[in-house]
Amino acid sequence: MERHRDDIGARTGMWLFLFTEILLFGGLFMLYSMFRMQHGAEFHKAAENLNRIAGTTNTLVLITSSLAMALSIAAIRRGRKAASVALQATTVLLGCVFLLIKYFEWSTEIGRGIYPNSPALLKLDHGEILFYGLYFVMTGLHGLHVIIGISVISFMLVSTAKGNITSTDHVRLENSGLYWHFVDTIWVYLFPLFYLVT
Amino acid sequence: MNPGKTEQLKTENKNGEMTYILAWAMLVALTAITVGVYTLHLGTAGVAIALVIASLKAGVILLFFMHLRQESRFLQSVFLLPVFLLGAIIGLTFIDVWYR
Repeated sequence: MERHRDDIGARTGMWLFLFTEILLFGGLFMLYSMFRMQHGAEFHKAAENLNRIAGTTNTLVLITSSLAMALSIAAIRRGRKAASVALQATTVLLGCVFLLIKYFEWSTEIGRGIYPNSPALLKLDHGEILFYGLYFVMTGLHGLHVIIGISVISFMLVSTAKGNITSTDHVRLENSGLYWHFVDTIWVYLFPLFYLVT
Repeated sequence: MNPGKTEQLKTENKNGEMTYILAWAMLVALTAITVGVYTLHLGTAGVAIALVIASLKAGVILLFFMHLRQESRFLQSVFLLPVFLLGAIIGLTFIDVWYR
């Protein structure tokens, strides 16, 4: 019996889900812009303490992981299974590098006594407390999305290796790619808003 | 039997590996530009430039990596909905906070 299939429907569904994600992050972006408007100087002061090199590196890491993801879909379309698996593994690996860098950044901040509701944080100006609050929530929620993306792509990697994702049937891989690129897009905005505050 | 077949071929023709690599190169260049502009410390203008560059990068990802360029007109139009909605929410809240 032929399995029911609707690739266009599946992709449309994924896009609809991503729309809800835009609004989920959108609320936080709105909070950020309102507080930054009111506490511009404090936001600048607090942002000076973030590691700009780590932020820039992570931007390049995510962009490159997105390239690997796009190429893995192009590879499976041409029936190159091994190449597709290798490229998906590259995406997963780069996702892990991103999280590792993020881990070191958060460790540095927590090492300085800066974490939500910490005594050192509460001694800072109101605007700085808001900046760090938004920083932890927004990069945290984004990090959670990276973890989910890594899990989903790892699953796809196994499916591709097993031959369940093929040159003619790969909408699941495409949808995982859409999710991963979306996560990359969010970071594209987070990067200048937290690391490049003038 | 395979509804995606013709459309798949269309996608394949338009999305060579080269397209993706060029999109990636554009993203790297835009990242370099945004960091470069930051070092000039332009103040408010700097914020606007950073957001424009971020939106250009988002556009590259959406059009090339996420293939929005090849999706149906319907989906492309529907995509504008959350974007406009978010713009309206942020814009109206901005006005509210500004004139409070």
